[in-house]
Amino acid sequence: MVEKIKARIMDYGKIKRAIQRMTTEIIERNRNLKNLVIVGIRTRGIYLGKRISKLIKELEKRDIPVGVLDITLYRDDFSESEAQHMVKKTEINFSVAKKDVLLVDDVLFTGRTIRAAMDSLIDLGRPKTIQLLVLIDRGHRELPIRADYVGKFLPTSKREVVQVQLKEIDKIDEVLITEPPGMK
Amino acid sequence: MAFKHKHLLGIQALTPSEIITVLDTAESFYEISTREVKKVPILRGKTIINLFFEPSTRTRSSFELAAKRLSADIVNFNQQTSSAVKGESLKDTILTLEAMNPDAIIIRHSCSGVPHFTTTFCQSHIINAGDGSHEHPTQALLDAFTIRQEKKNFKDLKVTIVGDILHSRVARSNIFLLRKLGARVVLVGPPPLLPLEMKKFGVDIGFNLDRALEGADVIMMLRIQMERQQKNFFPSIREYRNLYSLTEKRFRRAKKKAIIMHPGPINRGVEISADMADSAKSVILKQVENGIAVRMAVLYLLLGGKKREAFA
Repeated sequence: MVEKIKARIMDYGKIKRAIQRMTTEIIERNRNLKNLVIVGIRTRGIYLGKRISKLIKELEKRDIPVGVLDITLYRDDFSESEAQHMVKKTEINFSVAKKDVLLVDDVLFTGRTIRAAMDSLIDLGRPKTIQLLVLIDRGHRELPIRADYVGKFLPTSKREVVQVQLKEIDKIDEVLITEPPGMK
Repeated sequence: MAFKHKHLLGIQALTPSEIITVLDTAESFYEISTREVKKVPILRGKTIINLFFEPSTRTRSSFELAAKRLSADIVNFNQQTSSAVKGESLKDTILTLEAMNPDAIIIRHSCSGVPHFTTTFCQSHIINAGDGSHEHPTQALLDAFTIRQEKKNFKDLKVTIVGDILHSRVARSNIFLLRKLGARVVLVGPPPLLPLEMKKFGVDIGFNLDRALEGADVIMMLRIQMERQQKNFFPSIREYRNLYSLTEKRFRRAKKKAIIMHPGPINRGVEISADMADSAKSVILKQVENGIAVRMAVLYLLLGGKKREAFA
């Protein structure tokens, strides 16, 4: 894939500080941390969720469980997309019923992923609250959804692609704006 | 990764990587059946017809539950209560159902080749749920899924398939699948029920059960198909039991961690002793449970994605 990198928005330090700030906000807002659980949306939401859980452990000595959500089966573009998406496992080994669920994703764009994730979560049980954390909010919402914790607001054009790369799978921590080839 | 077939007629047409794709997908679907709300919306609005010209409990209800857990609507067709008893031909019955615009038709028939024949005049996705003594692909896939849960690798696994090979579509689908994934297959049964031509599929053939069980990792027992025994393939049930029934004593010849499989329904005390069927080595009920996840995966992979014709 030859894509043009237009800008490097965040590096290791910036991502780290954004996560630290958001974690503090989470602790501030959720006075009953005992009731908090984290659910990361595949793929990069999982690693962001794990980092936050680790930070809460360091700051507050609390173990916050982290689950994994695959939203493929709740997508609304299923019959429109060309090929099937590979379904991966949802692994949430705790009950979400009556919990304060922190939903974590890397980029908030149209809001459709979050809609699917919320439907999926509610099928797993009835959470007390659902809060949303994203590293990047790039605008262009198609549904009435907003995030409770945002790492960075990033105005983009629709044809641009925001790429969040995390050490756990991409070997590097950075956020890029790229443009797919063949697009002017 | 991709699974590009429109129909699932048999294992023979699948590549090893397509088989693995089905198994991996089933892995993801498995957890849905353990939830409190056992349903996901992915096939909402799709219509599936269960067209069974032969009796079945597990396959029919397994497909039905798989479809329902994916939110598809499923209609069960029962031969006894249909116009087929008024003399409607197979083709007319299927054309009539096809006119109701289903997305997929799941077919079981006592004649080999019916699902394939159906694809020549039907637009729907066709899934073979067992045709004559030809193939029963979803059974082989769920068997492979079950084996994979217990054993790490298919390579170098010794699988012994015991019983009525001649009539068994389960055996054929399993032979194709296991050979594609690199397992060693040994067939054993009474000579009249074990055609020597099967050797062409790259399997070993034997007539002595004790010898065939030596060092087996997986023992697959087949049902003696009473309904297909028009000729006398063996002198008596009693003799069959003496020579080919899986008993505890015989089981000791297999590997310590060997598992016992059976596609069901089992004839207790005939091909397998009751205590073996209920033993900790038996994964027979696990096979039934896994059947739903595997059939969910098959429905998802076939019905997923854009309809090629409609958008062309």
